[in-house]
Amino acid sequence: MSKDSTIEAPLGATAERQAVIESAGAAPGGDWVIVTRGIKREYDMGGEIVRALRGVDLAIRRNEYVAIMGPSGSGKSTLMNVIGCLDTPNEGEYWLNGTRVSSMSDDALARVRNKEIGFVFQTFNLLPRATALHNVELPLVYAGVSGDERKRRAREALERVQLDKRMDHRPNELSGGQRQRVAIARALVNNPSILLADEPTGNLDSTTSEEIMRVFESLADQGQTVIMVTHEPDIAQHARRVVVLRDGLIASDERRSAFVEKLGLTV
Amino acid sequence: MPFIEAIRLALQQIWVQKLKSFFTLLGVMIGVTFLIAVVSIVSGMSRYMTDQLVGKIMAVNSFELRSRPNINLGNHDDDYWRELRRRPRIKDVDIEPVAAALPDGVLWAAVGQDNLSIQSKYTNKPRSVLAYTVTEDYFTIKKMAPVEGRLFSPQEYERGMNVVVIGQDVADYFFPSLDPIGRELTVRGLPYTVVGVMEKQGSAFGISFDKFIIAPHNAPLNRYVNTHGVIDAIMIQTPSREGMLSTMETVRQVMRARHHLRPAQKDDFELETSDSALEFWNKIKGYLVIAGVALPAIGLVVGAIVIMNIMLVAVAERTREIGIRKSLGARRRDILSQFLVESATLSTVGAALGVLTGFAFAKLIAAVTPLPAAVELWSVLVGVGIGAGVGIVAGAYPASRASRLDPITALRAE
Repeated sequence: MSKDSTIEAPLGATAERQAVIESAGAAPGGDWVIVTRGIKREYDMGGEIVRALRGVDLAIRRNEYVAIMGPSGSGKSTLMNVIGCLDTPNEGEYWLNGTRVSSMSDDALARVRNKEIGFVFQTFNLLPRATALHNVELPLVYAGVSGDERKRRAREALERVQLDKRMDHRPNELSGGQRQRVAIARALVNNPSILLADEPTGNLDSTTSEEIMRVFESLADQGQTVIMVTHEPDIAQHARRVVVLRDGLIASDERRSAFVEKLGLTV
Repeated sequence: MPFIEAIRLALQQIWVQKLKSFFTLLGVMIGVTFLIAVVSIVSGMSRYMTDQLVGKIMAVNSFELRSRPNINLGNHDDDYWRELRRRPRIKDVDIEPVAAALPDGVLWAAVGQDNLSIQSKYTNKPRSVLAYTVTEDYFTIKKMAPVEGRLFSPQEYERGMNVVVIGQDVADYFFPSLDPIGRELTVRGLPYTVVGVMEKQGSAFGISFDKFIIAPHNAPLNRYVNTHGVIDAIMIQTPSREGMLSTMETVRQVMRARHHLRPAQKDDFELETSDSALEFWNKIKGYLVIAGVALPAIGLVVGAIVIMNIMLVAVAERTREIGIRKSLGARRRDILSQFLVESATLSTVGAALGVLTGFAFAKLIAAVTPLPAAVELWSVLVGVGIGAGVGIVAGAYPASRASRLDPITALRAE
């Protein structure tokens, strides 16, 4: 809470809103992986309408490494679900890679999740009874990739996160950091347009968190688009662009340099 | 998701929870066990009836002219029995006209039969056996041959001499560790010389076919087997199946003429074939098959309910897994087929076990009772098919619930 409030205070009028200015002119497709226009999402919680998103305009280019921040209840999880095609907005439009996905059917969204999005969750969300290799194979199973090819690609993905030595282990035989790296390998295996991480270090100690951040860093360096939802500023500052949500709206959207400067952090 | 993958996953799931899976598939297993056991025994009995029992009673392509049916089936009213009692008997004097009307190559034999008590001086107690008096072709028609001694000579037939051929059981009982050939059996105070021992005829349902003595038709025994001038049956065998039907018609016309029946009157005699003997069995078989299907059906319904419950629990337990799979791109039909295949696999494994225990059960029954058992391939296929079907039906609702779970909610589940 204290950290959240320290972020919020210096933002507002003096914020450098360069990214927002850029994305305002973004057209779906081309270099823009994600373009949202006026996304609204409301929930009916037992008669009470909760307005989680109240009109979000966000545009993200290919190869960007973006952190979405905000206190709990700011709508960042809802935004992540919408961006990750797990949820659809009540209003507004969302283009992913030039395709309008905001009004797709459940099965069409499943296809998009399979091909375009790689999820990394706070709780890893690995299948406990499957080996690391099989966990990484899963998206390929749903993509219809057959046996040998599937194994080969899953192994490659595990090599990218330096876990190829432990691919026959089950999640309970792996450390937290290793589990998260399996999850990253699983997210990468289908070569998704975006890697979508939800509090990826939430269940990890600080050393392991740094280790996972280095993995994201290097993936971003290799050209992978990474979007990371977090409420921790020192995790967010690893990203190259930081979007802050508040009350279902974007409160600030700026380059890391500006963000870091305001927080008084050193890189 | 590929089918093989889904089956592999399902088997893995079953393996992980062996005991739970076993109890889950117990209902289906018991259902299929009974199905297989009943089918095996019914078809074993059926085969036995056709090959053994009826084959023993009735020779191939043969029919018997009788006054009353030898085998009475099902429920008949009093009128039926009254009509049977009014029928004239078949007599010695009928033999000649019937035999004369038969085409060339057709064999016939007059047969008299009754239960008589006989004794020998080698055992203390008399014993009741089936006593027959027959004419010459009887042994050819019944394909019976002696293992010891000989059949009757033409003179013995002609003069009705006191000679008998006997069955294995009779030989064993009346001549313990003795050669029966040339020794005597006493029937109603008269001695009969044993000239032959017939080969073993076997048994059905615990009833031996080897407890008989046979004497020539003209032997004195005849008057104890039948009242004077009466015979039980004329056995007629044609070389082919087709010839049998026309020969039956010939015999029918001869007998109708001899009994002075008008065209409107029904036959007052019986032409019995092995089919009429089997008719009885087929009737019983119908009831057995109904019972054999109805009882397992109850087991299968119970099995289906258990599987449905277990699958609902599985869906609830694995909500998070469903959420993970959906987030990774599983469509509704992927989740649906995963759970359908799982429940179908579960129940098919149960059915397969049921097939095995069913056979074991049938074999056990065959071993400890006189009931025979035969393994039928179709019952295996039906059993396994039913297993898969039950699984799909029972899994449909849980699988559909799983497939419609919202991924976000599912991912949040513990």
